[in-house]
Amino acid sequence: MCDARWPPVLTFPVLCYNLPVTHQDGITIKGIRQGLLVRLGDGDWEGELHALEARLRASPAFFRGGRIALDVGGRSLSPEALKAARTLLAHYEVDLWAVVGGEAETERNARRLGLVVQIPSPPAPRAADTEEAEPEPLLEGLVVRRTLRAGQRLHHPGHIVVIGDVNPGAEVVAGGDIVVWGRAWGLLHAGALGDEEAVICALDLSPTQLRIAGHIARSPEGRRRNPVPEVASVRAGQIIATPWVGAGKKSRRFWKRRD
Amino acid sequence: MAAKVLTVTSGKGGVGKTTLVANLGVALAMQGKRVVVIDADVGLRNLDMMLGLENRIVYDLVDVIEGRCRLRQALVRDKRFPDLFLLPAAQTRDKSAVSPEDMVQVCEQLSDRHDFIIVDSPAGIEEGFRYAIAPADEIIIVTNPEVAAVRDADRVVGLIEAEEKGPARLVINRLRPEMVKRGEMLDVDDVIELLAIELIGVVPEDRNILVAANRGQPLVLSNNHSLAGKAFHNIARRLAGEEVPFQTLQEPGLFGRLFRFVRPE
Repeated sequence: MCDARWPPVLTFPVLCYNLPVTHQDGITIKGIRQGLLVRLGDGDWEGELHALEARLRASPAFFRGGRIALDVGGRSLSPEALKAARTLLAHYEVDLWAVVGGEAETERNARRLGLVVQIPSPPAPRAADTEEAEPEPLLEGLVVRRTLRAGQRLHHPGHIVVIGDVNPGAEVVAGGDIVVWGRAWGLLHAGALGDEEAVICALDLSPTQLRIAGHIARSPEGRRRNPVPEVASVRAGQIIATPWVGAGKKSRRFWKRRD
Repeated sequence: MAAKVLTVTSGKGGVGKTTLVANLGVALAMQGKRVVVIDADVGLRNLDMMLGLENRIVYDLVDVIEGRCRLRQALVRDKRFPDLFLLPAAQTRDKSAVSPEDMVQVCEQLSDRHDFIIVDSPAGIEEGFRYAIAPADEIIIVTNPEVAAVRDADRVVGLIEAEEKGPARLVINRLRPEMVKRGEMLDVDDVIELLAIELIGVVPEDRNILVAANRGQPLVLSNNHSLAGKAFHNIARRLAGEEVPFQTLQEPGLFGRLFRFVRPE
């Protein structure tokens, strides 16, 4: 059987543009069980919302359809200020469900708007004391040990490891790298916060669409008969997938034979 | 003994849920089981027609839920099998009239006098689907060997897993062996590879299914032993706990030895 994706170095057609790289703006984003926890910087409220909007605009695909808990760091906020945040997020199709870390007045106002003020344990993240000194709190990993089916969406600001398949119609969006120990048939987006160095690897890399940072690529048409593990990364402005070959001769021979 | 509640669902419409429910209901009744089939497609009532019971309906599911009649009054006894009953859907209402708790309650009330309760779910993944799976002990996903139907089935399996319902088992309906042979249709292995759930039946395409449905006489009643009729009977036997080998889907003389169906497992 002729394999359309042989020889080993493959180029995905590039369909898109580059995204601006995210700046250090004092905003930290953390993945929690219930979605994302966003901690704003210490500036005035309006300025922080502007910074947040810049983040949303820079990586809309990462945030879209997600749920955010906002850590407001001891601020006292009026209902209008909270509503402004909610409206802003809603504009980017993000659901604001919780406002945490505010003082009593803020909590009262948030409750009145139907927002949660305490993230249910375990364990309630206390962003305030742990993340002060870390410049890169984003890149913690998330391991998901199940198959993602059509319509299911996973986002996480750090790396994502899926032990299972990513079926067509499922989406995995990571701020860092994506590893799929299984078949990657859905939509995968690594480096979704702008990291062009991010990679995506899978045992069978035949996604509907592959995105790294601002680059978008499609898989070549047609199903492969003998899939091999591959790693995709951005090289010279294009997403390239390369078969995973170990250092020794053995592995190379192994999969020549499979051809 | 408490009844086993089976919900038949699919995501995509038109894949043969209602046909499967009608045939399974009759096939299980033919085995001597006490069966209730519930049409949960409120607003788009169909199951009664396939069973030929339309003209016997007095009350429906929504009447029961809203307390206009007792559950026993709404059950329509089948004209062929005294232990087969239909709980029809309301035609003049919509799905907001039923909640998941309502369905659980109705099934609980039916539980002690029957062996099987089969719920015919509406298409889609909205509230109708949610109340239909609420009472289920086991869920049967129906799909056709085509990409859109399989995609929707995958979505539904995901939702069922998220609700911690199940286990979900699979029926592949309307398979055309000659098209599979020519590579024009997904084959059974392709579907199972993606969905990764247990297969409990493969029903070949058969025009007699439609003819039978139009007459209100489900195919399993007919004496001519078509592959499709046999497939429905086999699913019913598997649901009743029997080990039944999968049949080879070839029509002798028609397709010849075109297709060998291998049991995955």
